[in-house]
Amino acid sequence: MVTPILPLTLRDVELRRGGRRILGPLSLTVSGAGITVLMGPNGSGKTSLLRVMHGLERITRGTVDWQGGAQDVRARQAFVFQTPILMRRKVADCIAYPLHLDGVPRKAARARAAEMAAAVGLADALDKPSAVLSGGEKQKLALARALIRTPEVLFLDEPCANLDGRSTREIESILTRARDAGTRIVMSTHDLGQARRLADEVWFLYGGLLVETAASAAFFAAPRTAQAAAYLKGDLLP
Amino acid sequence: MNSISLGLAEAWRLLITFDADLFEITALSLRVTLSATLVATLIGLPLGAWLAINRFRMRRVVIALLNALMGLPPVVVGLLVYVVFSRSGPLGVLGLLYTPTVMVIAQAIIITPIVTSIAHQAIRDLWADYHDLLISLNATRWQRIQALIWDGRRALMTAALAGFGRAIGEVGAVMIVGGNIDHATRILTTAIALETGKGEFGMALALGFILIGLAIAVNLAVHILSRTETGSRW
Repeated sequence: MVTPILPLTLRDVELRRGGRRILGPLSLTVSGAGITVLMGPNGSGKTSLLRVMHGLERITRGTVDWQGGAQDVRARQAFVFQTPILMRRKVADCIAYPLHLDGVPRKAARARAAEMAAAVGLADALDKPSAVLSGGEKQKLALARALIRTPEVLFLDEPCANLDGRSTREIESILTRARDAGTRIVMSTHDLGQARRLADEVWFLYGGLLVETAASAAFFAAPRTAQAAAYLKGDLLP
Repeated sequence: MNSISLGLAEAWRLLITFDADLFEITALSLRVTLSATLVATLIGLPLGAWLAINRFRMRRVVIALLNALMGLPPVVVGLLVYVVFSRSGPLGVLGLLYTPTVMVIAQAIIITPIVTSIAHQAIRDLWADYHDLLISLNATRWQRIQALIWDGRRALMTAALAGFGRAIGEVGAVMIVGGNIDHATRILTTAIALETGKGEFGMALALGFILIGLAIAVNLAVHILSRTETGSRW
């Protein structure tokens, strides 16, 4: 029996860059199932928090702990960046790359990549260079690559920024399917509609601090903090 | 002007008569330079990638030194290699002086910093793009280097070709360590130097034109084989 990597626990985490506080101090726990949506104005620390949780940032203070005893923690989570980072390869090879790292034979990896491509609507693009894809297709490729290892936790940093309605709908559909399949999702978005559609839980960040956490319905119905209320109303926060 | 047209005519004559000496020294030129390029590539590409993705003390000094070594004077390299491989030198026992092997070694020493430095710059830029992804995917250090070399292969080919270009036209080092011995270590550049010394400018120019043609042909062949500059490629 493989030990699950969740819960993820952050204790008194602080991130500073050049003496400036970017994030924290904050403490939180990620556990259970569902989709947590990080909200907050630009510079509130959403991206930094996602990167800290995934281990892409070296924190200045505090601890980030995954479930004790879990093996290969990094390979059992995935991250989708706001601007997709695509390798200079064909779509099929880009999607299969994580399996290549795991030593899966090329043929089996390609077959699995073809399944993932079909699942995200890229079946016809398998042999195209990744560079020629549209913005929405690039983000779907990044999602397929992130999901190919069937991660226990998936982090996404504004996955639908700059995408049109159709691409956004397709990506949301992929995310809800991943959630239903058991992947715990933590994502950031500026899109209030998307947050309402997807979130089971909302974390609201402001000034690098986690100022409010609530179940989605409760957050949108009656935010507890003035900053969250103003944000939902569309006011410009300082 | 007369010498140039004479040289062109002589080059043409040597080519259409399949001059045996010409083909022998051309073949040796190619063998020595391609071998040196291969050695420099095998050392330079992984080293360039390693320097691009690792942070360590003195890293800037190493990179600055590497860039400085791109301008290594071939004559000095030839002299050092000569001393090392001469009968009384530390590696004299190998008996490699005045052989194509030692010419390969000398050329490889001259071009390895060039290949490494260009590779480092190309991979550094690619690493900036890939950094977060490869860390996120939990790629090992060696897997990162492999990915960077594979995905940057077209830029790295330019590094290899730059090394080839420097080596194919190099004369100082190979003259010292090879000795320009007929039917043994004579290559195009040393033959040009010899013909010029004899006052045979027509022949020297002919060999020069063939050398230029050879360098262009190898570059074109590599570009065509690797299908660079075609649509939707990096």
